[in-house]
Amino acid sequence: MVLISTTVDGADHADEVEPRLLLVHYLRTRLGRTGTVIGCDTSNCGACTVLLDGLSVKSCTLLAVQADGAEITTVQGLADGDLHPVQREFAENHALQCGYCTAGMIMSAVDLLMENPDPSEQEVRDGLEGNLCRCTGYHNIVKAVRAAAAGLRAPGAPA
Amino acid sequence: MTTQAAPPAGRLTGQPVRRKEDARVITGQARWTDNLTLPGLAHLAIVRSPMAHARIGQADVSAALELPGVVAAFTGRDLAPDYGSLPTAWIVSDDLIVPDHPPIAADEARYLGDAVAVVVAEDPYRAADAAEAVQVEYEPLPAVVDPAAALADGAPLVHAGQATNRAFTWTFSGGDYAAARRLATVVVSRRFVQQRVMPTAMEPRAVLAEPFPATGEFTLWTSTQVPHFVRLLMSSVCGIGEQKLRVIAPDVGGGFGGKLNVYAEEAIALAVARRLGRPVKWTATRGEDYLATTHGRDMIQDVEIAAARDGRVLGLKVDLTSDLGAYLQLLTPAVPLLGRYVYPGVYKFGAHEFSCQGVFTTKTPTDSYRGAGRPEATFAVERIMDELAAELGLDPLELRQRNWISHDEFPYTTVTGLTYDSGNYEAATARAAELFGYDALRREQAERRQRGDPVQLGIGVSVYTEMGGLAPSRWFGRHGYTVGGWETASVRLLPTGRVEVIAGTSPHGQGHETTFGQIAADAVGVPFDDIDVMHGDTDVAPWGLDTYGSRSIVVGGEAVLRAARQVVDKARVVAAHMLEVSPGDLEFGGGRFSVRGDPDASRTIQDVAFAAFSAHDLPPGADPVLLAEATVDPEAFSYPHGTHLCAVEVDTATGLVKVRSYVAVDDVGTVINPMIVDGQVHGGVAQGLAQALYEEAVYDAGGNLVTGSMVDYLVPSAADVPPYVTDRTETPATTNPLGVKGAGEAGTIGSTPAVVNAVVDALRPYGVTDIRMPCTPERVWQATHGDA
Repeated sequence: MVLISTTVDGADHADEVEPRLLLVHYLRTRLGRTGTVIGCDTSNCGACTVLLDGLSVKSCTLLAVQADGAEITTVQGLADGDLHPVQREFAENHALQCGYCTAGMIMSAVDLLMENPDPSEQEVRDGLEGNLCRCTGYHNIVKAVRAAAAGLRAPGAPA
Repeated sequence: MTTQAAPPAGRLTGQPVRRKEDARVITGQARWTDNLTLPGLAHLAIVRSPMAHARIGQADVSAALELPGVVAAFTGRDLAPDYGSLPTAWIVSDDLIVPDHPPIAADEARYLGDAVAVVVAEDPYRAADAAEAVQVEYEPLPAVVDPAAALADGAPLVHAGQATNRAFTWTFSGGDYAAARRLATVVVSRRFVQQRVMPTAMEPRAVLAEPFPATGEFTLWTSTQVPHFVRLLMSSVCGIGEQKLRVIAPDVGGGFGGKLNVYAEEAIALAVARRLGRPVKWTATRGEDYLATTHGRDMIQDVEIAAARDGRVLGLKVDLTSDLGAYLQLLTPAVPLLGRYVYPGVYKFGAHEFSCQGVFTTKTPTDSYRGAGRPEATFAVERIMDELAAELGLDPLELRQRNWISHDEFPYTTVTGLTYDSGNYEAATARAAELFGYDALRREQAERRQRGDPVQLGIGVSVYTEMGGLAPSRWFGRHGYTVGGWETASVRLLPTGRVEVIAGTSPHGQGHETTFGQIAADAVGVPFDDIDVMHGDTDVAPWGLDTYGSRSIVVGGEAVLRAARQVVDKARVVAAHMLEVSPGDLEFGGGRFSVRGDPDASRTIQDVAFAAFSAHDLPPGADPVLLAEATVDPEAFSYPHGTHLCAVEVDTATGLVKVRSYVAVDDVGTVINPMIVDGQVHGGVAQGLAQALYEEAVYDAGGNLVTGSMVDYLVPSAADVPPYVTDRTETPATTNPLGVKGAGEAGTIGSTPAVVNAVVDALRPYGVTDIRMPCTPERVWQATHGDA
């Protein structure tokens, strides 16, 4: 067992974990952060995407011990009182149906917009290539991300 | 067929109301089955056959039991007394072979991934370790992979006790096809292959079973489209009184037919929970889901069309072989049967001959996949129409216009006996052609052909209809389905004037909480936010037949409407008493009962709700409980239709296909929520396009699933699909009061032939007359350069 310390959605945690424990399982079963979900076992689908020290990672691809000392943000910690603009635009633009991919899709989109605040349609499509959705055909996801980008660029938008 | 009065135009019907479901999903608070935990929960891991076909010798679980954290382990023989065979619900023919289907194989494994043992441990990692430690002796038997080979004399049998691998045959004919063929001046035939695909709901299946040993009760949470089917059939499979089994489908992460089933793991979880007296959970990995969730399509279609010189279609002949896989799951044999009725598509002709055979192979069973039979049928007729157009030198749209049912010919009874109640193919096609820029694209195509552009342009046409709103119970009964097709809803007007709608349908992304909320809000006149819609729990919604076959809005939506109107009628009696008039003197609108001719004399529905609840002064016969339940069993199917146009650029040097534009003009009847309908079309088109270009479940000669992970099975990403241009025509269904037709499957049904027709159209100058799906760069390149 290995002792790890993490900050997850603003709360500090210290836990003994098996070295083989995947970060996504640590989040879901040890910390009860079940907003982050698992859609595959090959790191293709991106449903488990979280931010690790501000960058998007697929939490099924990391061991919990690799997150020692890290600050992690999941979809459950994204709203700061108000919904994050990406969350809001996903609902506004009907960018989710069953919603299973949504947590990961939102977190990838947040990372994409930090990197590129004004992505073209093609840049959104390429930027979200690592997140699979089976319901929406992606049309409204692309719309939502571009709408969120416009909102974030607007004067007075949250940093 | 009766036409009922349309509801008065409401505030919310037709509006793009934002979804009630989204708040919990975008904040990570959805309730997926795998999120759930219970005190004392143990975890299951299933040992699966590593061979396509093998006799099972000794299965030794002793090493597994010695590992830390392992609670128990059971082989197929251990659990055999605990449950019966998994059922199929559709007996499609008198000669149907229904093999025994044990939840865990005891003597013989019949496909890669067939369950052979189950282990139980305190956490999922220890369960996975224990599964690795189970020792099973396998005596390999020959794999049966190719359906044609499976039917050959002396072929190894998938089910040794049966005489043949042929599970059923049936034929159908209408009119005189032989005579039509003799009359025809043009006959075109093709063999189309509907490759096997995997539904790939993003949430892998999961099951949690909780026993209550003292009472013999069980609660089963399962990621399913069909909790009511699961309750009925699992109570029978596991010998649990139906009243003692509660089934809950919590938030379900997509289905697409893959969760329209009654699965081995549900029986295994119940059996193990009963043995151990503690709750157990099983969650599929993606790789496991690909092996143990039903696959879709997998048919070979030999299609022949006979036409006159002017393009008038005289007849259609189809010989179909359906690869069923190893067992009959819930609706496995019914998929080609559902398709059979829509082979005529939107066209008028009088002669049709159809034969179908189902074949067992040592592969994962096939079953419904978005559209179930109707996409395959639509593909066949729309592909062969394009081939006929090419043969005759006619524009594909022109050929369709010469043959389709015109808007003034409805209701129209096709050669397969379906009566289409309404439609307007001309209007949808004209709108699609306009949005697409059809004529300009044809000109560009001609120019590219002329100059020998290495990137050729192809234009694909698909004009489809389908049978939605499954379905009339009597029709089901005549066709061998063991259950009905009705739907139920309840509406409760609570003391505060808030409303609960209880639906028998069970959504997994379709947004019923929103759409049914809109219907109820308009009918009861309370604010949308005052309505909650409940579903997917057999204790909450004890009656229902669940969600599949584009049925929820058509059958379930009407049930909500009727129940809501009945609640208003009950409230009307109370309101009349309060206002000292007779119920007939009241008008109801905007949530208020008003005395006709005296609008100042009125009571809100909320006031009436509380007055009824307090029951201090009720008129004789009035009920303090403002509750109504309505059941709807439609007399007919609904018939959504639409025109899809696809433009592709095909790089003849590399074989790469790029979708340049896609236009879908669908007619799903009256639209309750256009935002949701557009979303259904987008997703449906993407799925149909994925079958056309990307996806195929490949088995090797040994019966191994080669595409057993998302690394090898190409589910398209945002970068692989185009934006969609969608629009609608709105021809209300005449067979239900909402005028709705269903929208869940239309996009998938329309799109696959549109895309493949476009690819073939691009390459016609190269002599290409078909390309097998998926149209990968390799296949496209070979089709283009094959003769070089």
